[in-house]
Amino acid sequence: MSEQPILSLEGLSVRLPRGADRTHALNGVSLSIASNEILCVVGESGSGKSMMANAIMRLVPGEVAIEAGRMMFDGRDLCTTDPAAMREVRGAGIAMIFQEPMTALNPLRTVGDQIAEMFRIHTDLSKAEIGERVLSLLEDVRIPSPKTAAKAYPHELSGGQRQRAMIAMALALDPKLLIADEPTTALDVTTQAQILKLIRDLQQRKKTAVLFITHDFGVVAEIADRVVVMQHGKIVEQGTADDVLNRPTHSYTKQLIAAVPPLTAPPPRPLSSDNILTITNVAKTYRTGGFLDRGARVTAAVKDASLTLPRGATLGIVGESGSGKSTLARCIVRLIDPDNGAILLDGKDWVKLKRAEIRRETRHIQMVFQDPSASLNPRRKAAELVAQGPIVHGTPRATAMTEARELFALVGLDPSAGDRFPHEFSGGQRQRIGLARALALKPDVLIADEPVSALDVSVQAQVLKLLGELRERLGLSIVFITHDLRVAAQVCDLVAVMKDGEIVEHGLVADVFSRPQHPYTQALLASVPGGAFAREHQTAV
Amino acid sequence: MRIIGLAGRRLAASIPTLFLILIGVFLLLQLAPGDTVDALMAQMGGGDAATARELRKFYGLDLSIPAQLANYLWHLVRLDLGFSSIYGKPVATVIMERLPPTILLMTASLSFAFFFGLVFGVIASRAVNKWPDTLISTLGLVFYATPSFWFGLMAIVVFSIYLQWLPAGGFEDIGEVRTGIFRVIDIARHLILPTLTLGLIFLAIYLRIMRASMLEVLNLDYVRTARAKGLDETRVVMGHVLRNALLPMVTLIGLQAGTMLGGSVVVESVFSLPGLGRLAYESVIQRDLNTLLGIVFVSALLVVVVNFVVDLLYARLDPRISAEG
Amino acid sequence: MDAAKRYFRSPAAVIGLVLLLAVIAMALSAGVLYPRDPLALAGRPLVWPFTNPRFPLGTDNSGRDIAAQIFYGARISLLIGGVATVIAVAIGTLIGAFAGYYGGWVDNILMRITEAFQTLPNFVLLLVLVAVFGSTLTTVTIAIGIVCWPAPARLTRAEFLSLRNREFVQAGRTLGMRDLQLILGEILPNALPPVIVYASVVMALSILLESALAFLRLSDPNVASWGNLIGLGRDVLRVQWYVSAIPGIAILVTVLAVSLVGQGLNDALNPRLKSR
Repeated sequence: MSEQPILSLEGLSVRLPRGADRTHALNGVSLSIASNEILCVVGESGSGKSMMANAIMRLVPGEVAIEAGRMMFDGRDLCTTDPAAMREVRGAGIAMIFQEPMTALNPLRTVGDQIAEMFRIHTDLSKAEIGERVLSLLEDVRIPSPKTAAKAYPHELSGGQRQRAMIAMALALDPKLLIADEPTTALDVTTQAQILKLIRDLQQRKKTAVLFITHDFGVVAEIADRVVVMQHGKIVEQGTADDVLNRPTHSYTKQLIAAVPPLTAPPPRPLSSDNILTITNVAKTYRTGGFLDRGARVTAAVKDASLTLPRGATLGIVGESGSGKSTLARCIVRLIDPDNGAILLDGKDWVKLKRAEIRRETRHIQMVFQDPSASLNPRRKAAELVAQGPIVHGTPRATAMTEARELFALVGLDPSAGDRFPHEFSGGQRQRIGLARALALKPDVLIADEPVSALDVSVQAQVLKLLGELRERLGLSIVFITHDLRVAAQVCDLVAVMKDGEIVEHGLVADVFSRPQHPYTQALLASVPGGAFAREHQTAV
Repeated sequence: MRIIGLAGRRLAASIPTLFLILIGVFLLLQLAPGDTVDALMAQMGGGDAATARELRKFYGLDLSIPAQLANYLWHLVRLDLGFSSIYGKPVATVIMERLPPTILLMTASLSFAFFFGLVFGVIASRAVNKWPDTLISTLGLVFYATPSFWFGLMAIVVFSIYLQWLPAGGFEDIGEVRTGIFRVIDIARHLILPTLTLGLIFLAIYLRIMRASMLEVLNLDYVRTARAKGLDETRVVMGHVLRNALLPMVTLIGLQAGTMLGGSVVVESVFSLPGLGRLAYESVIQRDLNTLLGIVFVSALLVVVVNFVVDLLYARLDPRISAEG
Repeated sequence: MDAAKRYFRSPAAVIGLVLLLAVIAMALSAGVLYPRDPLALAGRPLVWPFTNPRFPLGTDNSGRDIAAQIFYGARISLLIGGVATVIAVAIGTLIGAFAGYYGGWVDNILMRITEAFQTLPNFVLLLVLVAVFGSTLTTVTIAIGIVCWPAPARLTRAEFLSLRNREFVQAGRTLGMRDLQLILGEILPNALPPVIVYASVVMALSILLESALAFLRLSDPNVASWGNLIGLGRDVLRVQWYVSAIPGIAILVTVLAVSLVGQGLNDALNPRLKSR
């Protein structure tokens, strides 16, 4: 911090157009970044952290106005720089990488061409020189076979490779400042670990200043030199990573950190010897494409999965995207018909049930979905959504509606809120409605498919707490699907790790997480961002 | 190669569709009052029942309907569309004579509509909600609401009757015999008004789609990436928006091919062009059902061919398509 | 309620509604203002508009009042446009819903049929239908409805395809709902708004198709239709061009009104798109 700051924001305020849910996205924000340091900006959704990144690049939509303050970069105020000079700064002086590597690259142009464009607009290099620079950049970001990657279209690369290509593009002209807007949020945990390491390495080699925006304190612990915590467009706390993470002073920071589930499991609970759900050798294969059996691709989404769920326990199924965990969950409730295997629920084999029988039996096993806004029909009122299940199963409408209101109280919602439509609730409240809907049928088993991954961390903690309480009170047995090992560690008694459709390891959560046997489980655990911080900090869950 | 294979497979998949159409229309036409022989007899000024029976036997009309259908399909496989009793020629010959003006008209109208739809769509999207956009969008709505035959008639009143700049109808001047470039110019002069008339509604559709598509692409993440690179607006639009925004337009050509061919029925009637559309109209009036069935087949075939070309074009524009095959 | 407020905030949508209401008013008042048969001889043929107060819009080649025909023509256009649209949207929604919901071979067969209808130029099919079934008001209306259903079917299918795997539909399934309950209660209400908006396009198209058919003298000759009048005016186009011009403007205004209302509905029902 001895050096002159590369960028300093002084009292920056950004006003939102009329009709938005708040007047200002940013309110008097002041911070500075020196070269060769990584400054993490942390906040929940709506904190204004992404708007700050766009404001620095002057890439805010027309109706959003930078109202006050200065943004000093390289001796000039970016707030007053004219558009042509601003274009010189973009890419060459300040570069940016985004959250969604899937959509941040033009699908119709090759990756190499898009990186080369950086040189074409900002330098006078010859075509051959540009080609060489592109290849060496792709080598720098450790993309496998850079020559092929340069000629590839974005859809031919994996998410992690695309993000590497984005980083290559951003660092092409050795910018003084790199803005990374949640660059690993859309990636799997192992890929995330690799990308974080890559950013760290390149930053140290090139002495770039990095403004790293994230919502995840694990990532902060992994990468930050200094930390800025934002809430409602204001900075509530800033300091060195060590200070903020271990000795937070502001109550909001404390609350956020406490909401992060640690990776260590709580002491194990006694488990019943009676299994309510037994899955044996379940398999599901997909065939895609193919015309008259030519060129058909066969994907085994779930291979030979066998698991047991003791009565009253929570079984976690963890894995990265494409591991088959969601397919397995949907097989259990027969949203997807498995190819073979047996699913015994209270002694009845679900795989053999007919459609009409499933409709009857479904009240014993219910599901909670990932996206609380997508899982509620936007055209039905909340109480009606909760009452739907009992009505389908023959409860008179009036009774069902009364019960629905009781369930509202059970999941911590105001019973009078039943007359509102889903869009009038917050994300956490919507997930509570989803929970109430599943519980309305008084099921024995609850399948929860990533129930908290779309929620902010503090809301996530509340919903997990509620789920724990309900399990005790109603004697529920839960299958909990998640990609987040920290969440699994907190709520599960047993855990199964899936990779490419196979269960590679399963057992008591404390055993699996402290003494992982399978190399993939080991890699997965090692990839959880934050290391020591993730294992040891104090928590609220 | 891969692209051609892909488009070829879609072409092959449309063969059952063609047969479905043909069988459907064939059966439909069986319900029509009167047959070819009735039409022929009416043209000859009547005749006795015995002659009619002879003729029916000659044309195979005394067979059962499935047998007639089988007969027709068997002939079709050998590219024989039957005989038009009204024109006294094989249907295939009649249609081939009438095909060139229609193809010329469609190509011209499509090029006109596509080009100007593209240009106006881009202009409108770059000035969204400002006056050029309002003007273009309003004109688009008015063009869309204009009945093509009425626009054609009004164009004739203005350009042929009052200003006398352009001919009011026909494919070429039959008064004089022209050759080479003079004939080309003469035909082009005759096609200006029909092209505008047929193309107008498609111009309106294309500009609306292009505008919407541009606005959508301008909001995508990779356009933000392009801006973050420091590209100026012109380069952003040329390099990252235009080609991507063109994709829905290209799809639309394929979807609209049938509508355009249908529109040519009306336009060719307004401008007395000796094309396929006018032939369709005439064969309905004259109850020449054999020819009508032939036209149904050929126009469906034409639509299939247009869609094949569109598939090729699309696959060239979008690398994601050829990867899926 | 929000939707209504949003609708009336757009001047174009309000103009469209006013024009449409005006056309409807014309259709309703035709019988009162012109109690006589509009196709009966009324006066001297080919009276220019604005020259004789008895015939504000003049008379056609056979001496029939153009104004009366315009008023009665509004009835025919709205009737044919409206009924054909209902037919087309009903068939389209039904087929699209089943194809999109069930997928697999049901979808395959239904889409093959839809494709066949789209491959055949719509106006050519219309000619075939008229050639077979004749040109009465009823047959022409039904024929137009049959010609127009594929586009709404594709739209509905696309909506169903994207909605059927949404989590709220899956949730309904895990609650034990039947297919019909899911289709009618959960998916259809969410799929309908774009289809309703698209109905305005179908209606505009139906009006244009009917007028083109009438212009070619293939529609019902026994009713006062704008297309008929334009076709009639073609014979005297050289001098009395107004006979064709006036009904053309009536068609233009009606179709424009329907399109504007449709666009207004679209912006009101999908507010997200408006802000772009």
